[in-house]
Amino acid sequence: MSTTSQTQNLTLVQAVRDGLYTEMSADEDVIVMGEDVGKNGGVFRATEGLWEEFGDDRVIDTPLAESGIVGTAVGMAAYGLKPVPEMQFSGFMYPAFDQIVSHVARLRNRSRGRFTCPMVIRAPYGGGIRAPEHHSESKEAFYAHEAGLKVVIPSTPHDTKGLLISAIRDPDPVIFLEPKLIYRAFRGDVPEAEYTVPIGEAVTRREGSDVSVFTYGAMSRPTMEAAEELAEEGVDCEVIDLRTISPLDRDAIISSFKKTGRAVVVNEAPKTGSIAAEITAIVQEEALLYQEAPVKRVSGFDVPYPLYALEDYYLPNAARIKEGIMETVEF
Amino acid sequence: MSVLERDPGDLVQVLDEDGTVVGDEPDLDDATILDIYRDMVLARHFDQRAVSLQRQGRMGTYPPLSGQEGAQIASAHALDEQDWMFPSYREHGAAVVRGLPLKQTLLYWMGHEEGNAVAEDANIFPVAVPIATQLLHATGAAWGASIKGDTDKAFMCYFGDGATSEGDFHEALNFAGVFDTPNVFFCNNNQWAISVPRERQTASRTLAQKAEAYGFEGVQVDGMDPLAVYAVTRKAIEKAKSEEPPAAGRRPTLIEAVQYRFGAHTTADDPTVYRDDEEVQRWKAKDPIPRLENYCRNHGLLDDESVAAVRSEVETRVADAIDAAESEPRPLPGEMFESVYNELPEHLAAQAAEIESLREIYGDEVFFEH
Repeated sequence: MSTTSQTQNLTLVQAVRDGLYTEMSADEDVIVMGEDVGKNGGVFRATEGLWEEFGDDRVIDTPLAESGIVGTAVGMAAYGLKPVPEMQFSGFMYPAFDQIVSHVARLRNRSRGRFTCPMVIRAPYGGGIRAPEHHSESKEAFYAHEAGLKVVIPSTPHDTKGLLISAIRDPDPVIFLEPKLIYRAFRGDVPEAEYTVPIGEAVTRREGSDVSVFTYGAMSRPTMEAAEELAEEGVDCEVIDLRTISPLDRDAIISSFKKTGRAVVVNEAPKTGSIAAEITAIVQEEALLYQEAPVKRVSGFDVPYPLYALEDYYLPNAARIKEGIMETVEF
Repeated sequence: MSVLERDPGDLVQVLDEDGTVVGDEPDLDDATILDIYRDMVLARHFDQRAVSLQRQGRMGTYPPLSGQEGAQIASAHALDEQDWMFPSYREHGAAVVRGLPLKQTLLYWMGHEEGNAVAEDANIFPVAVPIATQLLHATGAAWGASIKGDTDKAFMCYFGDGATSEGDFHEALNFAGVFDTPNVFFCNNNQWAISVPRERQTASRTLAQKAEAYGFEGVQVDGMDPLAVYAVTRKAIEKAKSEEPPAAGRRPTLIEAVQYRFGAHTTADDPTVYRDDEEVQRWKAKDPIPRLENYCRNHGLLDDESVAAVRSEVETRVADAIDAAESEPRPLPGEMFESVYNELPEHLAAQAAEIESLREIYGDEVFFEH
């Protein structure tokens, strides 16, 4: 990772915008397309000012059609552009799902490398913002299940810019899910210059010896909060922010688990069939003899995401995470 | 008036069912007319052999094209060298015209991934099985060319009548109209989407008229009349590359090529269940091959001897392609893994190693015991 002394203090959504701006300035094949991404600068302002800077041909307001956006991006990518389509909310990605799983993910394999699909599909995802129905889901497992895709979920402004630049430069398609709950929740130092954060590498947010807590996205904050509170109670948590959920950083997961022998996975996705289940399987396969307690999943529930009067019961918070960690530590 | 400016319900025809000229002939040299004839005969013979291979258990499920040679072959011949083609899964004839060896088409339907490995110098997209999804790729590539300032290429996309009911058809044509993309959307309306007739897909009088809703021209052509298909397609390709201002110039076109598939949707269905023989015979009278053959004989381009020579040439080509495809060794399991990503990720390397270690212990034959 390269850094310079010039830094800005940005929110996560500003870091998205900064990452797009940086790569669009460096590579004229990079184009942004989607609903309201042009003059309006995106409904969350993730593309603010890009249309003014790069013009109509590179910051494109499209018709309102998600399959059309992603499907035409497939053709653009095959022709030599590097499209970065925005899905306005991940809950509205499903019209594009056929294009994503049938073509985006498979074009390289199907054509034996003759045609490739270097694109980044960005989408705000996750709950906690008191939004209407279909605006709060956390369905990253759909995409992690599909071979040919990479799935990235940043949790800090610094990682957001570095991972987005890596994703745009990646020769394979990347689903880039942005935790909108923390789009503006805090600021962080972000280098002005270009830099990359590698896809597929987790980061240790807090070193500890008693229990490994694996998390990503917006759940990183309450997980850190829980870890700090538990530290005062004498429980030393190691917190691993996965940052990429496909491919998973298996080495980071296994080595942390071998150190602590206990694991908790925190995510806001429905419990069944989620990334938490995959992490559980990895530690079973690779480190069974180190295991001191069952792996605990602190997650959303297997229900449709509730309307917001109930979402605080649905989303894991520090209290639930602490409870899950203690259950594991005291087993 | 351009042939593209006709009423969408006004079927363009050059040859009648006997091969007599009844419309404006396209500007075609004799050699190209004979190439179209030969490639139609090649496609028909290939198709018959492919169905036979499937019946003998030498090939998997296969979608036949017989009856559709006129539309496929003549439209592909209308393309220029640098143009792109986005097929569905039935365009084996158009693909061979554009440089995809028959061996590869055979390999694909024999279950080899390598069948879709299009050569670097051939701008043919791999087969798209999910209906209508490839229209968006064609629109996007054409749009990409416009963004990059490349104005010398047309982007041809093939699809069937059933595809016009899909959302991706609407989205692809809508984007194409909004962004003035250099596309030719070529609908092979063969009257049947497996067992569902054209009338059950839409209450529109024609499929061609749907272009009107997207703000560009749609034209209906006799898809079993190769000269008419060539004439209409050529005009659409020229329009896609026209240097005139966008409003009248570089714009998409929808072509509805009215035709019939003589056989099944794929070798997995029996068309006698859903359509009657009288209908099939009525359409067989429009067969594009004898039609163009009669035209060529009437114009002194073909005689018994040269027809026999074409026949013999295509039989040899198809036989050689079948030999080559069947001589291809069974692919190695490593091929499943190698093209999924640009670089093999660790977890895929581990899975590839797992199957290799099983092969080392047990050999290959154990995998084929079911």
